[in-house]
Amino acid sequence: MSLDTATVRRIAKLARIRVDDAEVATLQAELNAILGYVEQLNEVDVSGIEPLSGGAQMAMRLRADIVTDGEIPEQILANAPDRAGEFFAVPKVVE
Amino acid sequence: MSLTDLTIAAAAEALAARKLSAMELAVAHNEAVAALNPRLNAYITTTPELALAQAKAADARLKDGTATPLTGIPLAIKDLFCTAGVRTTAASRILEPFVPPYESTVSQQLLDAGVVMLGKANLDEFAMGSSNMTSGYGPVENPWQRAGSNVKLVPGGSSGGSAAAVAARIAMGATGTDTGGSIRQPAAFTGLAGIKPTYGRCSRYGIIAFASSLDQAGPMARTVEDCAILLGAMSGFDAKDSTSAERAVPDFRAAAKRGVKGMRIGIPAEYRMDGMSGEISSLWQQGIMWLQAQGAEIIDISLPHTKYGLPVYYIVAPAEASSNLARYDGVRFGARVAGDDLIDMYERTRAAGFGAEVKRRIMIGTYVLSAGYYDAYYLRAQKIRALILRDFTEAFTKVDAILTPTAPSAAFGLGEKMDDPVTMYLNDVFTVPASLAGVPAMSIPAGLNAEGLPLGLQIIGRHFDEETVFAAAAALEEAAAFTAKPTLRAA
Repeated sequence: MSLDTATVRRIAKLARIRVDDAEVATLQAELNAILGYVEQLNEVDVSGIEPLSGGAQMAMRLRADIVTDGEIPEQILANAPDRAGEFFAVPKVVE
Repeated sequence: MSLTDLTIAAAAEALAARKLSAMELAVAHNEAVAALNPRLNAYITTTPELALAQAKAADARLKDGTATPLTGIPLAIKDLFCTAGVRTTAASRILEPFVPPYESTVSQQLLDAGVVMLGKANLDEFAMGSSNMTSGYGPVENPWQRAGSNVKLVPGGSSGGSAAAVAARIAMGATGTDTGGSIRQPAAFTGLAGIKPTYGRCSRYGIIAFASSLDQAGPMARTVEDCAILLGAMSGFDAKDSTSAERAVPDFRAAAKRGVKGMRIGIPAEYRMDGMSGEISSLWQQGIMWLQAQGAEIIDISLPHTKYGLPVYYIVAPAEASSNLARYDGVRFGARVAGDDLIDMYERTRAAGFGAEVKRRIMIGTYVLSAGYYDAYYLRAQKIRALILRDFTEAFTKVDAILTPTAPSAAFGLGEKMDDPVTMYLNDVFTVPASLAGVPAMSIPAGLNAEGLPLGLQIIGRHFDEETVFAAAAALEEAAAFTAKPTLRAA
């Protein structure tokens, strides 16, 4: 399978990364090289095999449904590029 | 012997005996960092004043009897571990202004043990790379050089700054993280020992996430024993990481002294790859003979899905990365580039903040998870990952540990292998399978190639059996008697 330029642009859009025209051609070649490399996985018979999603050989732990922290707005906002009071600020979304 | 040349074990002994103060050790290391870091670029941020304050506190503990074997030991902390009040970048420009308000569990445990932090070590951007060339803060130079040549070499990656710092004696040890080989390959390239423990052994809390099902912290140091001391302090259950294992931490240092008499060591046929260099295969053969001479039984084994490890990794890791890195959107932390509207702001922020390799991996990950391709790529890769784990599980019914080379070559030149991402990925061919299976694996410096560069051997063990890994690694270390030192190092 080989990606065309429209697909590269669509992936960039999904990934929220702005790409210019020159980058599209480079990315297309590089992404196709990687996808070409992983093609060999089609050789493997995976019928009846359950997918392995995690690295831990254990069941997920549960914990009590209680508040363990909070009331630290200044710590949370300390790295915000922009803020308004105790809120993160972003460009206007709704007119 | 100069203070910067001491092992952690030797320094701890001298500190405990009050023959040496933590302050003297910190000053010597700060001076060495100031002299060598401008050239090596092993640290993104140095923290000399913090080091002195921590050394002062360490001396107080050494005096009042509350010291541990790591009290007063100067370390480099990979700049992927969040450190409260100290800028943490993941070597990405998108995190250039980020100062974490909290501390990672692993670095907190080291601080609790009394270590001295010299600075934050350089790495490949978001730990994505095998050369440290993808850092947004410039590449790291390997302190080793080829005999008769001053060509600059890479230290490996992604923990390349950690590796260069410890090899150059501008840190006594370092934290690393390993997702597909990021501790073991740089350790091999710089003549160090480094262990990726079992997935779940060290908490991932506060480590900037790359591929969450693979990321593991581990130590890098100049001896196996030093790694054992560090891993003991870094390990342990943490309620803040849902994949942290609720298991007691064994005495790794004692395990390293067990020896290999009667140990069954597997030699996997599939690691004898086509085109393996003669020096790598003869080093491997040498390793087999060393272990045999100390009483280990050598057994030929098969790990049939080995060749699929890398392609599985280059689906699974980018898929997880594309999800983990979605958080860098210019809203809550990090850099922001203004845009016409919210979406435009996201797209400009991420285009400016991420480097080329990170963008490639996010895009591959986005593609393999997208509607219509999920089953063909991601689900298939997860199934083959299950087969890779099964290979190891079956092998470990016959053997106690597995011996392989760590990397297919010695360190290469700065800027080499950059033309094609797949060529760079091949560096991790021997390290990725253990990461996918979640088993512990360690690299040990085993010899020099014809050009005088270090080469490593890898020991892979069963889940949560780092003790056997340390025992075999210590046996190799003793036989190899690796005493060579890099060209660039603290005087």
